[in-house]
Amino acid sequence: MRLLPLALLAALPAALFAQHTYTPADIQEGGRLFRANCVLCHGPDGDQVQGIDLGHGRFRQTYSENALVRIIQNGIPGTGMPSNNLQDFQAEIVLAYLRSIATSGRAVSGNGDAARGKAIFEGKGNCASCHRVNGVGSRVGPDLSDIAALRRNVEIERSLLEPNEEVLPQNRTYRVVTKQGETISGRLLNVDTFTVQILDAKERLLSFSRSDLRESGFVNESPMPSYRGKLSTQELADVVAYLLSLKGI
Amino acid sequence: MRRLSLLLSLLLSIAGALSAQVTFDRLVNAAKEPQNWLTYSGNMMSQRYSPLDQITPQNVKNLELKWVFQARSLEKFEATPLVVDGIMYTVQAPNDVVALDPVTGRVFWTYAYSPSPLSRPCCGRVNRGVAVVGDTLFMGTIDAHLLAIDAKNGKPLWNTTVAKPEAGYAITHAPLVIKDKVIVGVAGGEFGIRGFIAAYDVKSGKEVWRFNTIPGPGEPGHETWAGDSWKTGGASVWMTGSYDPALNLTYWGIGNAGPDYNGDLRLGDNLYSSAVVALDADTGKIKWHYQFSPHDEFDYDAVQVPVLADINWQGSLRKVMLWANRNGFFYVLDRATGKFLLGKPFVEVNWASGFDEAGRPMRVAGKLPTPEGTVIFPGNQGGTNWYSPSFSPRTGLFYIPSWVNYSSVYIKANAEYEEGKRFVGTSPRSLIGGAAGGTSKINTRKEDEGYGAVRAIDPMTGDRKWEFKMNDVTDAGILTTGSDLLFSGGREGYFYALNARNGELLWKANVGGAVASGPMSYAVNGKQYFAISAGNSLFVYGLRE
Repeated sequence: MRLLPLALLAALPAALFAQHTYTPADIQEGGRLFRANCVLCHGPDGDQVQGIDLGHGRFRQTYSENALVRIIQNGIPGTGMPSNNLQDFQAEIVLAYLRSIATSGRAVSGNGDAARGKAIFEGKGNCASCHRVNGVGSRVGPDLSDIAALRRNVEIERSLLEPNEEVLPQNRTYRVVTKQGETISGRLLNVDTFTVQILDAKERLLSFSRSDLRESGFVNESPMPSYRGKLSTQELADVVAYLLSLKGI
Repeated sequence: MRRLSLLLSLLLSIAGALSAQVTFDRLVNAAKEPQNWLTYSGNMMSQRYSPLDQITPQNVKNLELKWVFQARSLEKFEATPLVVDGIMYTVQAPNDVVALDPVTGRVFWTYAYSPSPLSRPCCGRVNRGVAVVGDTLFMGTIDAHLLAIDAKNGKPLWNTTVAKPEAGYAITHAPLVIKDKVIVGVAGGEFGIRGFIAAYDVKSGKEVWRFNTIPGPGEPGHETWAGDSWKTGGASVWMTGSYDPALNLTYWGIGNAGPDYNGDLRLGDNLYSSAVVALDADTGKIKWHYQFSPHDEFDYDAVQVPVLADINWQGSLRKVMLWANRNGFFYVLDRATGKFLLGKPFVEVNWASGFDEAGRPMRVAGKLPTPEGTVIFPGNQGGTNWYSPSFSPRTGLFYIPSWVNYSSVYIKANAEYEEGKRFVGTSPRSLIGGAAGGTSKINTRKEDEGYGAVRAIDPMTGDRKWEFKMNDVTDAGILTTGSDLLFSGGREGYFYALNARNGELLWKANVGGAVASGPMSYAVNGKQYFAISAGNSLFVYGLRE
């Protein structure tokens, strides 16, 4: 009986699915595909091509969702828009990601200077005590060598001001207490029913058998401090500009 | 036993404290920290010998499977892992580096590299492992790049283009770190490349020196190539070299000349194809060479790992190099001078009858490729090949993965060079079904049609001391230990332990896929383990608790 609605759903035309909801993981994957395929021309916020603002649904003419999927897949002949080797669902989650841009707002810090930002990153901001860039700095926090390829300016700015708001799953902090009473915390690399792997504050790759632990679990609070009030708006913009220059090797 | 464990734990904690610094001294003195496996062959002498002795001929029967790492790849798993202060590093084909807990097999991180679609390695999208120094791992890729990767978090630090993949260049072997340089050579001997070995600065990835394995105009040896044949003569490098710190020489085996099976296009000895070269590690300048197979037409790459040993040679201690070559001969060379000391067949050989005083092989008339085909022993896969042999300083024996009674029919045909296309002449035919190439779960071969074996050779004489026969042939390397155990495997998919003194079978496990890699051993928290990759998975064994 419960199967019936599913069977009916399966018979519906694919177009109706364009309206369905997407999980945060779908949207994250859509963002990855966007950065891998689109960002070079459209920019990280999708507004670099004149007259087009992908994040706010502004195009040179009105398109249906299905039409946009086809444009992503086939390109627009005679223009700079090339075809992309993406499946229907992949194109749909790129669109879902773009819609999410509209709700995430824009960076407030404005234009910054990457060279000044680098100086703040390595000096006043003390960022390198936790973060690593191109082989320099601590590995305890996320390595930022290619952060521009992963995050938009608004997201970077938000991490600087509200570090607890969004911590990517691969950057979660985990804490274990051994049966001998030693407490160790660090970045969670892998966890399963029987073991835990972390990179601890001393940058050691550690693996624990959970039967050797008195307790273990996620630390909800990010170890990242907020820079609200600690950096001026201009300094914030400079740090964001510097981070947006880090595109990996 | 408990005391030993405590001592090992202490050693481990000291090593752990030093773990930020895998110094070059540690690589040279790897024997002082047997719990680790710091280079492809376990030490700079490439003996693939582990001094660990907790697992013995008496208790080896109690080995049990501890964990399996299944690669997300259907390629052959040819890598030998490293173990560095309690962390294992290996490569999932083609070029994903994986950091694992060596006790549980759980993954700390994976670095996934996407090789260029233009890459075209001849014989599988494989990789044989990484090198380490400091906190940095190094990997060559099938699209002929060399990468430095942060050992703690798997982030790439630099990516240097070594050669053009579209012209057939690739890197498949584990790099070798010497001082502040990381050294690699290029594969591609079936594509008419011009081979080279190059050293790169470990910090920047900048090339420091380059040794062309085919000398250019004006360089000694250039005259051994007729006409322009040197430009497309192959002489690839696809196995890791060795290093003698006292002599500051690094030794590398060089692959076949191209086109493989038709030498008419490249008359001459074709230096340094099918040779070993001794290079100054600081400059890359050649100190000496010895060519095993001058003007090779049988695909007898000298790509075996150069095994260095200090042995009592005719009454005095001598620094030698032991070499079982694809061409069927076992050699002893003086590694300071390259002087030929001994050459003797370890399997059937019909292309040469022996050696002149200078150590040059004496060819047998008529034994060469012809349009009608000529049967040559050993066949084109060789009497042995790339898989590591082992030298045990305890038994004094040299152990060779061997293809016995194995031949090919060599047929001569024209070859024309075109960039990125195979440049071999026609391929040899095998009289032995299945032996030339792929692996099969079914073997119906008779012994006189070819079989695989571990053969133990006395380096003083070249005489065989014992043999462990397998039905099928083998692509498995050999490991010996400080308790006189020998581990190996073969295409049949067994991983087994022998008594290194007499070849007696002591233990075996069915790993369900061909072993095309070398075993290694390590210890964590005072417990010894053995690792072997087979099929497309990595298996680790330890004592039942």
